[in-house]
Amino acid sequence: MNDDLYQQAILDLAKSADGAGRLEAPDATAQGDSPLCGDRVRMEVKLENGRIAALAHEVKGCLLCRAAAAAIGRHARGLDAAQVAALRGEAAALLAGAGAAPSWPELASFAPVRPHRNRHGCVLLPFDTLCAAMKA
Amino acid sequence: MKFSAHEWRSHFPLLANHPRLHYLDNAATGQLCAAAFDAVTHHELTQRANVLRGTYKLAEAADAAYENARKQAAAYLHAVSADEVVFTAGTTASINLVAHAFGDGLNPGDEVALSLAEHHSNLVPWQMLRARRGVVLRFIPLAAEGRLDLARLDETITPRCKLVAVTHASNVTGAVTDLAPIVAAARAAGARVLVDGAQAVQHGPVDVHALGADFYAFSGHKVFAPNGVGVLWGRAEALAQLPPFLGGGGMIGRVSVEEMTYAPPPRRFEAGTPPIAQAVALGAALDWLRAQPWEAMRAHTKQLAQHLVDGLAVLPGLTFLGPRDMADRLPIVAFSLAGIHPHDACQVLDAHHVAVRGGHHCAQPLMAHFGVEGAVRASLAPYNTEADVDALLAGLREALKKLK
Repeated sequence: MNDDLYQQAILDLAKSADGAGRLEAPDATAQGDSPLCGDRVRMEVKLENGRIAALAHEVKGCLLCRAAAAAIGRHARGLDAAQVAALRGEAAALLAGAGAAPSWPELASFAPVRPHRNRHGCVLLPFDTLCAAMKA
Repeated sequence: MKFSAHEWRSHFPLLANHPRLHYLDNAATGQLCAAAFDAVTHHELTQRANVLRGTYKLAEAADAAYENARKQAAAYLHAVSADEVVFTAGTTASINLVAHAFGDGLNPGDEVALSLAEHHSNLVPWQMLRARRGVVLRFIPLAAEGRLDLARLDETITPRCKLVAVTHASNVTGAVTDLAPIVAAARAAGARVLVDGAQAVQHGPVDVHALGADFYAFSGHKVFAPNGVGVLWGRAEALAQLPPFLGGGGMIGRVSVEEMTYAPPPRRFEAGTPPIAQAVALGAALDWLRAQPWEAMRAHTKQLAQHLVDGLAVLPGLTFLGPRDMADRLPIVAFSLAGIHPHDACQVLDAHHVAVRGGHHCAQPLMAHFGVEGAVRASLAPYNTEADVDALLAGLREALKKLK
């Protein structure tokens, strides 16, 4: 049932809005847009030796998008570009119903999104935007 | 003539097979009517062949069916002649055809007037034309409730205007455009008028000559026919002046290695094998629709829309995108919910078997006007009932509880 998408873990994650906001003088920023629904994510990072020292995001998007951004805000510190890309791959694999248990426990709560392919982009947009920021 | 929504619903096989479905996404696509379904089956089983130049009986039957569909479309639009009907792939293809065939004859500085309420299909082709030809786009601003601000037409339709392209009715607000003053302003400027009829055609036959349009575009799937087919109606003398857009078989007069000549309209604009079975089904759907009791059907959908608007108005944090009154509007109702994303609301509604659409509805400038990223939209057709609207309202109350 679609309501499973909005289990408490997802609602709590979105509500936590971990990492929401802006950074002063970020080293890299990226903006991601969803052509499907018009959602927009902005990711800002401060880097030390190629690793994320601080991160902030702004999300104009749905609950799934906000929850994914919050998971990133909670865990992304210390990651380098390759690790961010790997995390994006884990999220995509989870949505595709493949892959091992994800590194971040929060990612598992996105499993009910699997059958709703039009919503996969909502979860992946923050990851894609962070990947773009790390390449910037 | 009497009208029963329940009886009407029985003419739509998908709805008959899904009695629990509350289908309220008719502005996106109407369900396929039995007349269209039967026409496709009949055509494919008895007269499937390519059109034009076949000399065997099957091909002659296909030709006759295809040209009959042109007459049926002409009748729905009150066109003077079937030769004014060009079959295309849909509204978007029809508008792109004009944007190329008419637009590529424009010069830098020439103006095309649109409105801020347009669907992207009647915006992006003109933005692309601006990039190709250096034309200037001007926009009719919006007044209260998203209706076009016709008091300021002289700012938009200037003496340099060559074409006005506006929606007959908004796919978001449902507001029906008062075309008469726009057509008058266009005529005064010597400009052509293209009307995007994608939404209006679902709600009854159209009289393109009474509207004063030069071009009228719509899609088959909005009028309960298959997708992949649409119509560009063009006033005969307007079509005659246009060069072709796409080149290929079927649109030529004569071809040699050195040169080619073009067929007269409508064939000039139908390069390649057209969507034959789809056109035949579209014709059947339009014929069936023309015989329906539209006055009673419009009264029915208007009453349902009023019931919907009344039910929505009491929900906390709800803002309408468009008029709340029922005058000069289609039964399309869009709204935003404070703190709830449209896709989340739609997903919860799906669990209640309610099919509505959320997002920007391919009208991002209109969303910007309303100051929102997206909205939920319920769009009603004559087969909808009060039970459909009540299921939507109950689902929204549940969404508010769950997502707030």
